[in-house]
Amino acid sequence: MTSTTGSAPASPATKTGRNEILYFALRNTKLLIGAFVFMVFLLGAIFGPMLATHEPLTFDAPPGLPPSAGYWFGTTLFGQDVFSQFVHGLRSSFIVGALGGITAAVIGMFVGFFAGYRGGIVDEVLNMLTNVVLVIPTFAVLLVVAAYLSVRGLGTEAMFIGLTSWPWAARAIRAQTFSLTSRDFVGMARLNGESTLRIIFGEIAPNMSSYLVMTFILLFGGAILTAATLDFIGLGPTDSISLGLMMNYSVMNAALQLGMWWWFVPPGLAITAIVGSLYVMNVGLDEVFNPKLRAL
Amino acid sequence: MLRYLARKLIIYLLTFIVAVTIDWAIPRFMPGNPIDALVSRIALMPDANAALTSYFMAAFNLDQPLWRQYLNFWSALFHGDLGRSIMLFPTPVTTLIGRALPYTLGLLLPSILLSWYVGNMVGALAARRKLLDNSVLPLGYLLTATPYMWLGILLAWVLGSTLGWFPLAFGYDQSLKAEWSWRFIGSLLYHWVLPFASLFMVALGGWAIGMRNMIIYELESDYANYLMALGAPQRLVRKYAFRNAMLPQITGLALQLGAVVGGALVTEIVFSYPGLGWLVLSGIQNQDYFVIQGVFLFIIVGVLLANLIVDIVYVVVDPRTRVGLQGDAA
Repeated sequence: MTSTTGSAPASPATKTGRNEILYFALRNTKLLIGAFVFMVFLLGAIFGPMLATHEPLTFDAPPGLPPSAGYWFGTTLFGQDVFSQFVHGLRSSFIVGALGGITAAVIGMFVGFFAGYRGGIVDEVLNMLTNVVLVIPTFAVLLVVAAYLSVRGLGTEAMFIGLTSWPWAARAIRAQTFSLTSRDFVGMARLNGESTLRIIFGEIAPNMSSYLVMTFILLFGGAILTAATLDFIGLGPTDSISLGLMMNYSVMNAALQLGMWWWFVPPGLAITAIVGSLYVMNVGLDEVFNPKLRAL
Repeated sequence: MLRYLARKLIIYLLTFIVAVTIDWAIPRFMPGNPIDALVSRIALMPDANAALTSYFMAAFNLDQPLWRQYLNFWSALFHGDLGRSIMLFPTPVTTLIGRALPYTLGLLLPSILLSWYVGNMVGALAARRKLLDNSVLPLGYLLTATPYMWLGILLAWVLGSTLGWFPLAFGYDQSLKAEWSWRFIGSLLYHWVLPFASLFMVALGGWAIGMRNMIIYELESDYANYLMALGAPQRLVRKYAFRNAMLPQITGLALQLGAVVGGALVTEIVFSYPGLGWLVLSGIQNQDYFVIQGVFLFIIVGVLLANLIVDIVYVVVDPRTRVGLQGDAA
């Protein structure tokens, strides 16, 4: 969160500006490493399930096998293929991250833009709302909501995560909008009689697009982490497998005591790598977009 | 100062009302009928069936209009009545929570405070020092990206299962009686080490990165440049930078509380540690909704109280809030 605060709104994007960003992006090791790790797992999520020879949840393998040529990641205590669970779980993580991140970003942008642009009473009310949701331990809310849903899908999980994780984004976007609203080009647009929506999405949003991208990246990573935590506590999707559920099953079925590391190491490692790569990418992007940070 | 605290208090009060309303509304407006599910579950235990069915009707007051149900809910809350557990039937939920709370607090408080302190120190040291920074920064990002339960699982696997240095589960040696003896306290501490360590380490990374970034930001500011132009020693400049960088970190502490509490819950589950997390898990597994809702309310109240304490600390630490200048915008 703190890492994005340093970036000032960039000047209006021009063609040379875009080339310049690409120039620095291709020379930023943080961004490149982060993007590479992220892409590896993304490809795994897209194509992995096609490679898997077994269904993730059927019990058709010998139980408790360590990794081998037949079962790349071994099998669970009940004879399920861990590799298949892993790649399907990856897919779930990316879906929840994307949907949850988009939901949170849309709400955060809406609240942030309107609070920052309109000011006054609109700002007061939206700010109050933001503060309330910010203070509530959202994880506890998710816990109660999920506990009462007897059928849970990836979509609902992502939606609820999105509905609770937007406040810091709204705050940050509000602050940026605030500073942009006092600029001359916004005043000109207002004099031209443009509508509020047009000013927000035509004048203000494009000038903080880099900021919005970075906010989305952090929301994406946060949603993946929250989903994994919820799944681990036993409130994950009821109709599919996820990385958090894999960890839940392994811990609940004594994989630790039995030393079946192939059951619990891959899912946690994948989450750490994906979320970590997003954070590192975010720092890299910050350096690319913000000339002040480049000189280092 | 009073205005600042009053503003915060209003937000907390509002948050509390919203939280209680959520707690009240969810069982009533969610799709599906939890009472049906509960009663059908309890039908497996014939002797408890009749008593529980009538108890549910009374507890939910479902025959009354909604606004009255809502008021009843509040009144029960102020009487300290969070309902009775279903899995351990006549036990009140408050008793269960009271039993679990010391374990959770014993994990949470030291890990939050220590990770915050150590993380700030490490981050402050690492800022603008190439060698240290090159190891602190990647490690910090790795730790913040780690799911709480996974680090717990890894520690339990390596230090507990493989090396056998620490126990894998429970809050104390199950062959001991819970009493105030040295042996028991030793066992408590022994079982506390791993869950504490995993909570501490995950939280550490975020604080270190935050502090590092803040110090770099502060060292670029005018007052730092001016001090350096005057020829002030590095130590002094860094000291001022540190004191300024502390302020956002204090606010950050309040914001991170919810996430750390979530982390503590899952860490307890990994280690079968008898705190609130373990209670929630058994509540979920047994569809004991009163327990889940009770823990929910407890966490909310705890986090709000902690927020209030942080605010008071902030007023003490940041003189601007005292003289009425805006310090941290509410």
